[in-house]
Amino acid sequence: MIAEILTILWERRGFFAACLLEHIRISCTAVVIAGVLGILIGVMITKYRKAAGLLLGIINVFYTIPAISLLGFLIPFTGIGNKTAIIALTVYGLLPIVRNTYTGLTAVDESIVEVARGLGSDERQLLCRIRFPLALPVIISGFRNMVVMIIAMGGIASFIGAGGLGVAIYRGITTYNMSLTAAGSLLIALTALTADWILGKLEKKVRRRYEVE
Amino acid sequence: MSEEIVFRDCSADYGQGNVLRQVSLTVQEGEFVVLIGSSGCGKTTLLKLVNGLIQPTEGSVFIKGENVADCSLTALRRKIGYVVQGAKLFPHMTVEDNICYVPSLERKLTKEEKRSLTGEMLELVQLSGSLTGRFPSQLSGGQQQRVGIGRALAARPELLLMDEPFGAVDEIVRRGLQKQVRALQREMRITTLFVTHDIREACKMGDRIVVMNEGEILQEGTPDELKAGPKTEFVRQLMEEA
Repeated sequence: MIAEILTILWERRGFFAACLLEHIRISCTAVVIAGVLGILIGVMITKYRKAAGLLLGIINVFYTIPAISLLGFLIPFTGIGNKTAIIALTVYGLLPIVRNTYTGLTAVDESIVEVARGLGSDERQLLCRIRFPLALPVIISGFRNMVVMIIAMGGIASFIGAGGLGVAIYRGITTYNMSLTAAGSLLIALTALTADWILGKLEKKVRRRYEVE
Repeated sequence: MSEEIVFRDCSADYGQGNVLRQVSLTVQEGEFVVLIGSSGCGKTTLLKLVNGLIQPTEGSVFIKGENVADCSLTALRRKIGYVVQGAKLFPHMTVEDNICYVPSLERKLTKEEKRSLTGEMLELVQLSGSLTGRFPSQLSGGQQQRVGIGRALAARPELLLMDEPFGAVDEIVRRGLQKQVRALQREMRITTLFVTHDIREACKMGDRIVVMNEGEILQEGTPDELKAGPKTEFVRQLMEEA
């Protein structure tokens, strides 16, 4: 089986390379949108803590909807293709980043924040210079989860006509070509693991730099 | 000497009864005033009224004749040095960034300005310049507290608030810091409000001691005045420990 997978990967390397690039493009777009939105929402709900539980609950509900169903729900509104896939992946990616941004920001030692305030920091400076850097290790951990999840889930986007490595998996299933399906899955797993490894290194570096000891 | 800080009938609470009750106190320019009392007597609350971290529920605080309630709090706080127990340095910043924190709130400092200011402050608090690039976790408790003092003095404050600054350091370091802070305060003539629960520290450092209990000022005076004529049993017992 492994030999067959390697053979098909080599023989159809052009096809797999195109799928991989498309997969990375879709995932990166969703990661950027979910990252920016998630951090903004996370910061906002620390200001309005009463709304935090409600908002996290709503995002949690989206998270419990099976991915394939969410894609189905979106089709009437956004059609088929990459756009719908990116929206669905963004929605799924939101939870870990919002939750970790919120948790990270609210877990910052308030006595340190009070000293910064007492020394003359305004609210923006408190957020940018104190709270956010101190929350960064937790936020990066959420970002890492989000990236891995988006890359892994990107595989099903081909079911609604989007590109990416899911195309190889879907084609393999419909043509009973197990090697094709396995090769597509292997590449998704490798991409997710590579991203996880890189972000893990970054997280470690940030933890060393920013974490309170 | 002119009046630097005036507390006029100040009360404060945290929603569970008054922590401060109608407190009035005047601190003269260049004076080193120590607030002392048991835990929960309101001394930290009184200190925080000065930089607006706590607002009085009644009464007013004036700094150089200006009501704190009418001031821009961020601008006011940048003119007031603030040192707390355990230093509370920003753990993600180097010694240099901690020391330059207040001046850099106003404008971005150049590398040269930062280096020069850090060098000057480290020298002032008698620390080696080699600590510039270290993080707080790489410093001892005493070093952290000295950096905390350097951070408070870096913006050349007109006032210095110190809330049990030596509470978390050992006796030997504490004695060194007490001498050093007093010498710096005399040299720079900064009006200082200092909170402690250690009467020996209060007598050693203060021009004037203000004894507080249950949100009220029991007595104020120089250490000798308090020793010679305690007005209450609480003050008498306290001064016996000195």
